[in-house]
Amino acid sequence: MYKIREKRALNKDIDYLLVEAPRVAKHAAPGHFVLLRVDEEGERIPLTIVGVVGQAVALIVQKVGYTTKQIGQMQVGDAFLDFMGPLGNAVKIDASYKRVLGVAGGVGAAPLLPQLRAYHEAGVQVDLLLGAKSKDLMILLEEFGEICEHIYLTSDDGSVGKKGFVTDYLEEVLEGENYDHAIVIGPLVMMKYVSKSLLDAGIDTAVSLNPIMIDGTGMCGNCRVLIEDKTYFACIDGPDFPAKGIDFDLLMARQGYYDKEEHLCKIGRGYDEK
Amino acid sequence: MKNKVKMRELDQAKRVHHFLEVACGYSEEEAVLEASRCLECKHPKCVLACPVEIDIPGFIQAIKKRDFEGAYEVVTKDNVLPAICGRVCPQESQCEGACIVGIKNEAVSIGALERFVGDYARLHMKTSKVKAKKIDKKVALVGSGPASLACAAVLVEEGVHVDMFEALHDYGGVLMYGIPSFRLPKDIVKEEIKVLEDKGVHFHKNVLIGKTITIDELKEDYDAIFLGTGAGLPRELGLPGEHGSGIYYANEFLTRVNLMGSADFPNHKTPVKIGQKVAVIGGGNVAMDAARTARRLGAREVFILYRRDMDSLPARKEEIHHAMEEGIEFRLLESPVSFALEDYQVKSVKTEVMKLGDLDASGRRRPIGSGTFSDHEVDSVIVAIGQSPNPIVKRATKELKTDEWGRVVVDDALQTSIEGVYAGGDSVLGAATVILAMGAGKKAALNMVKSFKS
Repeated sequence: MYKIREKRALNKDIDYLLVEAPRVAKHAAPGHFVLLRVDEEGERIPLTIVGVVGQAVALIVQKVGYTTKQIGQMQVGDAFLDFMGPLGNAVKIDASYKRVLGVAGGVGAAPLLPQLRAYHEAGVQVDLLLGAKSKDLMILLEEFGEICEHIYLTSDDGSVGKKGFVTDYLEEVLEGENYDHAIVIGPLVMMKYVSKSLLDAGIDTAVSLNPIMIDGTGMCGNCRVLIEDKTYFACIDGPDFPAKGIDFDLLMARQGYYDKEEHLCKIGRGYDEK
Repeated sequence: MKNKVKMRELDQAKRVHHFLEVACGYSEEEAVLEASRCLECKHPKCVLACPVEIDIPGFIQAIKKRDFEGAYEVVTKDNVLPAICGRVCPQESQCEGACIVGIKNEAVSIGALERFVGDYARLHMKTSKVKAKKIDKKVALVGSGPASLACAAVLVEEGVHVDMFEALHDYGGVLMYGIPSFRLPKDIVKEEIKVLEDKGVHFHKNVLIGKTITIDELKEDYDAIFLGTGAGLPRELGLPGEHGSGIYYANEFLTRVNLMGSADFPNHKTPVKIGQKVAVIGGGNVAMDAARTARRLGAREVFILYRRDMDSLPARKEEIHHAMEEGIEFRLLESPVSFALEDYQVKSVKTEVMKLGDLDASGRRRPIGSGTFSDHEVDSVIVAIGQSPNPIVKRATKELKTDEWGRVVVDDALQTSIEGVYAGGDSVLGAATVILAMGAGKKAALNMVKSFKS
């Protein structure tokens, strides 16, 4: 079970995987994720379901942490030990919207794709603002090209699109436009500033959160999020939330709590330099 | 003999450096000697005080005769997990609390004897054969904790086809993720579950009912469903600073260590970070488990913060006693009011000193704020003030009735608002005990069987 049916590199850091999981595939919808474990000693990590192909689900994995690097070394035919889902809540696609803007940073493009695709299929016009470190690290452009009206690109080094961050370009993108809704997915610091600008511009904005999780069923409480001073669990209340009132600084602190230990794991396997 | 045969325990100074089981169990001689203290009452009060009504004098009599296999047969007629229950039941408020010997002397150590019988069977006995199928019905059990396990045991004996669904990667629910191995070794849980597997119960992991498979889908394929989804949702204190780094809900802390093997980090890849000074908030068994686990992870100063006094601690006496032996400090009559954070990392807990007033609804004296406050420096905090039922099945199943605390509403037969769907254990009671959950699982199974036969 949970065999990798297809695998290809989207770039040097990011892989696309198609994993056999009939029960997960049956109910998967945009916004859902899985929790998986590679081996007996492994951690449980959440990954967004990017799409469904028959009885398999597609994942896009950025090889940054211990487990994601381990997944990077798995081959077609290898299987995950555990693979549970679909978890979280499917996003509500409001077909009454006329225009929706998606903003993604780096691998955030992956969880954004199924949401924008769902809006496109509901007849809503979608635009994309996508930022990455460089041209090589930009993913899914072809897929977005099939569904988006306008695509705006930025890169840190200027190798594609405008040079700079998505935040630098946002004002320009919004000028003269009239979006009903925006979805922002990327690193926490990016989501913090982009959603602030969008909310300031009066646009209803949602983000997708990816905090540390263990069980994914509401049990551990590690993925807790403070929104307008109320507690939510990303696993069972999210992972998508309205951006308004989210305490991003708290999320960043909690996200970094185990950074040192993560590094230790990677050194152990020779995944990281000292 | 006035006093019970004391169970050997690991040296208190050494045991805080590892997770080996603290209580060592009886030898055959010790078990027979302790069994001889039982008066074999004609109308045994201990049986009535047991949620699953084990024939206690019956199995103790077998031990007296050194018929340990016979003793196992007697116990397992009513309780399929004796090695587990012998270790985790609150015997002092159940069987042992009702024991006649206990009026003048120490009560018979029924829990220790039950454990002995369970352990004897694990080591010496083969699982009894699967019986020929008698009832052509299928039941789905949701969750693999004590309630579902007890339910499965009854059903499989009756020849019902049983599928048990677990969301996590190990079976046993709270027995695996919640209770630490120094109190309940994980091999014992696995072996007692293996007995059920050998008898024909089908186990399926990585299935979260409500998400992976819906209740409606189960209803199409099964004649009845049992919800043993437990009380997995941590309860919040609702205090300022509660979400700072270094503040764990006990569920997370214990799951990291018990289910994910964090004590063995970095061999196991899930870390846990606790520091030197650890405050545990709460006074129940989970609080004791968390405190003693923190101690074993190397924390030097571990203290319980509890708003009432020593006599009101809801934990089992043995756990409190073991915690004290292991150097856990009890800072009583202190109620947390806020957490001080520095760069979102917790630094201290502020508490209000309490005094006890009149009796409240629970029959205990109500703690009242004194207006005096104190600060406790910490590296981390573990919040263990209780759990609520897991809401996933409810959210995915609109017609399932729950009360204002999220507990599944059931009738006398343990049937929910949906026909053919039963529930029991913590999902119905809120966080309670293993044996109460097992009692409910057993009762639901008997009612299902009754409805199948009618």
